[in-house]
Amino acid sequence: MIPGDMSNQEITKVQELIYTTRVESVMASDVIVIDPSMTMSQVKNFMRENRISGAPVVAESKVIGIVTMNDVIRSMEDGKLGSPVTEVMTTDVRTVLMDAKVAEVVNNLGRRGFSRLPVVDHDGKLLGIVTTGTLIRSLLLQMDKSFQKNEAEKLYTYRASHIFQDISSDDTGLTLRYFVNERDFDNAGKASSLIKRSLQRLVVQPQIVRRVGVAVYEAEMNLVIHTDIGGEIVVEVRKDRVNISTVDHGPGIADLKQVLRPGFSTAPEWIRDMGFGAGMGLANIKRVSDVMKLTSDPGHWTRLEMVFNFGPDPLLPKTELEKSLTRGSQ
Amino acid sequence: MNIREMIDVLQGKVLVQNHDPNEELPLGGAADLMSDVLAFGSEGMALLTGLTNPQVVRTAEMAGINVIVIVRDKTPPPETVELARDSGMTLIRTGYTMYEACGRLYKAGLPGLGLVKMVNDSW
Ligand SMILES: Nc1ncnc2c1ncn2[C@@H]1O[C@H](COP(=O)(O)OP(=O)(O)O)[C@@H](O)[C@H]1O
Ligand SMILES: [Mg+2]
Repeated sequence: MIPGDMSNQEITKVQELIYTTRVESVMASDVIVIDPSMTMSQVKNFMRENRISGAPVVAESKVIGIVTMNDVIRSMEDGKLGSPVTEVMTTDVRTVLMDAKVAEVVNNLGRRGFSRLPVVDHDGKLLGIVTTGTLIRSLLLQMDKSFQKNEAEKLYTYRASHIFQDISSDDTGLTLRYFVNERDFDNAGKASSLIKRSLQRLVVQPQIVRRVGVAVYEAEMNLVIHTDIGGEIVVEVRKDRVNISTVDHGPGIADLKQVLRPGFSTAPEWIRDMGFGAGMGLANIKRVSDVMKLTSDPGHWTRLEMVFNFGPDPLLPKTELEKSLTRGSQ
Repeated sequence: MNIREMIDVLQGKVLVQNHDPNEELPLGGAADLMSDVLAFGSEGMALLTGLTNPQVVRTAEMAGINVIVIVRDKTPPPETVELARDSGMTLIRTGYTMYEACGRLYKAGLPGLGLVKMVNDSW
């Protein structure tokens, strides 16, 4: 039930994070900086007090150099502790832009041997610093979050998929109800998205989840676009099928034959501008469902019923024997 | 073709990244009609569209699509970007027109669905 191969998944996750995470989200923003007026001897004490081994030298918020413990040691050896930091520091500083991806940092810190990279905005203003330490810490944190999310989703799936075994009756059904408001485009499609996720958690076969998704989304959009007062979607999950119905209380449909004709639509121009109203919704629903029935009392209500039949027993967990057989045949 | 190569071919800009750039794209499709997306969209397809409203993301989600390319360098509203981020969609923008974006991708080897059958005046 719970898929293995976590390690592989997690490796991909690291790669993904490295290519998608912005530098500014892994940097330390409380940067300790060195003032250009300091002498090397002051720098030495400053670093010791702050327990750091290097820091950017900053003038007017811009990084003008970087000075490290190595520079301090060198100036001690050369008897130059009295020199201003600006004479000793490295002026060719490699910085990284705040919106660069972490991959760039990894490249610089790893291959080029830098141990810290100042992070700057597009005007060159210092915003923070990344070191191997800050990088690893925040990547681990993010991985932990995504790991917990995955685990939580697996747990939900595991629990939900057992409902048909854990509850005994002669015929068990699970009913989900969603309310859809007319013209509410901010939330249009939310119910369908939730229905899709719920069916996935119940381990309904992916092809069926897909077909249900397409149909219920078209049906939901019809409630949003074509009704006066919205309506509701009722999903009934049974052992062998999903029944879905949408019901609304107006305006109803006068000519059922006409609306079922592909391409027929009464959607206004502004709906068409949004990419809807091609008149293919009911045709789409008909194509993906096993049974479809549209009824209406013009001026009063419209009801759309859809049935999706499962293949053999998708809601029953496979026995170990069956599992090993399917594995063997792959 | 993988996502990174697609971005190169389109000189695209990634607005939301939820996928490994090395992930392979099995095929591409283009539509400005949401019902077309639902009818032709297939699992893993990269969808090119001129629409930018959040419904594009929802529609793609229902069709099993998780990479969307907005053509003609349109800037999607923040709601669209946010929804894409939350629903695990990768959102890319290109300056090419629909015609040229499709042409470039097809030429570079990203296949389409092939001939689509019409069944009793519907798909
Ligand atoms: N719930 C409903 N109440 C009233 N009319 C509806 C309803 N659902 C669909 N219709 C009518 O059926 C027509 C065709 O619907 P559909 O095939 O989904 O295409 P579209 O939504 O693109 O117009 C709509 O334009 C509308 O006139
Ligand atoms: Mg419709």
